[in-house]
Amino acid sequence: MGLTPLLTIDGLTKTYPGVVANDDVSFHLAPGEIHALLGENGAGKSTLVKMIYGLAKPDAGAMTLGGAPYTPAAPWAARAAGVAMVFQHFSLFEALNVAENIALGTETLPPPRALAAQIREVGKSYGLPLDPGRLVGDLSAGERQRVEIIRCLLQNPRLLIMDEPTSVLTPQEADILFHTLRKISAGGAAILYISHKLEDIRTLCDKATILRQGKVVATCTPREVSAARIAELMVGQLLSPPARTERAPGEVLLKVADLSLEPVAAFGTPLRHIGFDVRAGEVLGIGGVAGNGQDELLMALSGEVLTAPGAILFKDHGIGAMPPGQRRSLGLLCAPEERLGHAAAPDMSLTENAVLTARQREGLERGGFLDWAGAKDFARRVIANFDVRTPGPDVVARALSGGNLQKYVIGREILQTPTVLVVNQPTWGVDAGAAAAIRQALLDLAKGGAAVVCISQDIDELLEISDWFCALNEGHLSTPRPVRGLSMEEIGLMLGGAHATHKAEPGATHAAA
Amino acid sequence: MLRLEKRPAPARGWIIGAPILAVLLTMVAGGLMFALLGKDPAESIRVIFWDPLFDDRFAGFSRPQLLVKAGPLILIAIGLSLGFRAGIWNIGAEGQYIIGAICGAGFGLAFFPSENPLIFPGMIIAGALGGWAWAMIPAILRTRFRTNEILVSLLLVYVAEAILATAATGFLRNPDGAGFPGSRNLARHPGTDNPEIFAGTGVHWGVMTAFIAVIAACVLLNRHILGYQIKLAGQAPRAARFAGVNAARLIILCLGISGAVAGMAGLFEVAGPAGQISIDFNSGYGFTAIIVAFLGRLHPVGILLAGLLMALTFIGGELAQLMLGVPAPAIQAFQGMLLFFLLALDVLSNYQVRIGYRTAA
Repeated sequence: MGLTPLLTIDGLTKTYPGVVANDDVSFHLAPGEIHALLGENGAGKSTLVKMIYGLAKPDAGAMTLGGAPYTPAAPWAARAAGVAMVFQHFSLFEALNVAENIALGTETLPPPRALAAQIREVGKSYGLPLDPGRLVGDLSAGERQRVEIIRCLLQNPRLLIMDEPTSVLTPQEADILFHTLRKISAGGAAILYISHKLEDIRTLCDKATILRQGKVVATCTPREVSAARIAELMVGQLLSPPARTERAPGEVLLKVADLSLEPVAAFGTPLRHIGFDVRAGEVLGIGGVAGNGQDELLMALSGEVLTAPGAILFKDHGIGAMPPGQRRSLGLLCAPEERLGHAAAPDMSLTENAVLTARQREGLERGGFLDWAGAKDFARRVIANFDVRTPGPDVVARALSGGNLQKYVIGREILQTPTVLVVNQPTWGVDAGAAAAIRQALLDLAKGGAAVVCISQDIDELLEISDWFCALNEGHLSTPRPVRGLSMEEIGLMLGGAHATHKAEPGATHAAA
Repeated sequence: MLRLEKRPAPARGWIIGAPILAVLLTMVAGGLMFALLGKDPAESIRVIFWDPLFDDRFAGFSRPQLLVKAGPLILIAIGLSLGFRAGIWNIGAEGQYIIGAICGAGFGLAFFPSENPLIFPGMIIAGALGGWAWAMIPAILRTRFRTNEILVSLLLVYVAEAILATAATGFLRNPDGAGFPGSRNLARHPGTDNPEIFAGTGVHWGVMTAFIAVIAACVLLNRHILGYQIKLAGQAPRAARFAGVNAARLIILCLGISGAVAGMAGLFEVAGPAGQISIDFNSGYGFTAIIVAFLGRLHPVGILLAGLLMALTFIGGELAQLMLGVPAPAIQAFQGMLLFFLLALDVLSNYQVRIGYRTAA
């Protein structure tokens, strides 16, 4: 193209002790270009972006921005040069309102009233309606992301970096985001778009750079290449979709009937009249954006929050008032979303973390005393069977990468041969190869006669492995429907809560039909 | 720019190295302070750290004192450390210590003048029960009404002190004591005394119990499910809940154990080194033990060493006052420096110091 590139990256190399995170990475972005950065976890995307945003210094190589040499020493320098970034994890204060949150992240601060007007104006011109006075704690994930985007746009960036922006959005919300991003690029700003959702990239991006093990392995125009081909380039091998076999539905193993719960934490979501059942050999997929009651549902099922005995039935026995250990003995196992601090204790070794949930079923306790040799053995088996990359079972949990720890905590439950397994976001932040392995393990478990409940934000994942699909929206669960024959549109409506309200409090009048 | 960066795993070398470096730094800084006060720094340090143990003139008296002072500190601190590890803060060990002493002494005096050999074991049990019962007040208030156990346990210390004064001047007063406050002397009456087991070592039954407690705590924390649950609840409360740890039960257990051992420590003290219930027989062991627990990193062996070190600075400090005329506040400042350096350097086992901007992965 004849345009001078906005950003050139030339031979960037960054080494951390033990790994070469980026090895001679080069590519360039034209003004107005939407450029995808693709790669598995650990491929070096984050390191590259950190160097562009001034969070890390390259060991070798050079960057130019708008033709001038670009060496940001810190994020403020990057922002001053016109580079803005929306992180995957939002840095917002729930107890402050939108305008206050934006003011906190802005270096050149206009007076409050002008700021509110600017927020409205920018929001309107980019199709991101947002009330500056609303509390962030009350916003949905999509709305919170808008706050972050508007915060960036107010600085008139030349380059906007988006890190996994659609991971928390419904399909409809993602469409709105794409619309906004196209408007931004039409205005002349370039966008560096990091994602592992190949279909998103194929609809949105002009060019893609694919990283594997720190190196650029390909540059392509995503529209002209199939998603399967891109995936192969990312992983470096052929990926086979999980194998599914037809199976006859068995007896109902887990039944939830009219489960209502008040939130445990501030800004938590109450559960409202939740009901579903799962049969042996089936996978129930529960979709919906995080924060709509997923955590609360998992805690009710795991026994961390107790309910009326009859609200949760395991093989027709009311277990709603039973503590977690007894539920595990029966065969109901859970794997929460938050790996560090909930599913695993960060400063404990993998062996100690094996005892956390496997004490009862693996017989790791005798007369009050723990069988550490047995625990270590079990931890080793999890590590081996689920390809957890770690020096050994004595390593503390927080030393593992997110994906590896996820493999460990999911593997820990699956190896205990549960009768019913409940998982929340099982492949969140896990690279494509490992995610496929986890999904296959869940399917194999169901095939072996277990009932699986999979709570996830990733609709593709749910469609891939589930027999039944329903969605959580503001604590309401839609009626489960067979996945076969479900259209994307219907799923979107379920996620948006359109099918949930009819189960709401009896006697409540609907304002609109 | 100096920055602290969290280590991926605690550094083993620093866990042992930090306390040694802290003692050396205290010697340097303390020596400087003593020099400014016009004392010979080398001699001051020697009198505090060396003479109590190895000087011919003092060691005969000081060496047994080391264990007499360290015993209750270690015993109480071991009990406290279990709760502290689980995030349950018993600050009122001093009160449990006093009530334990009163109950144990009361049991012994009730049988006066019998010399039955079963009386002393009965006193130990009564002391433990007294401390346990006193700790149950904050425990039950916490689990039933969500009161703060820090405040309740602390304030109960002052209630216990009032009860102690009443006991010494009232219901436990020596009938043959010509109206002076204070109970009969337990240590001088066979059957109620807590004697030195090995002559010249200072080892009485309380010191033995402290050593047993160290071993028991090691086993509990490393091998037993309760120790595991204690550590889990302290490090990751959500994970503990997920694992099925019953928080209320843990609070009752931890406060109960720490109260019971503090009560026992009180009984051993009143039946041995102190000898009698007096208005002020308690000498702050319950509070000092909190420092000992943290100084020992809440680890049983660490607490054993910390208790001995603390006792040494007490004895050595007294000796320095006596022999060199070092003012008492300077000794306290010296002890404060030791604590400061120990806790400040602790950061190095979990963090490393980096120079420059953040470059983390």
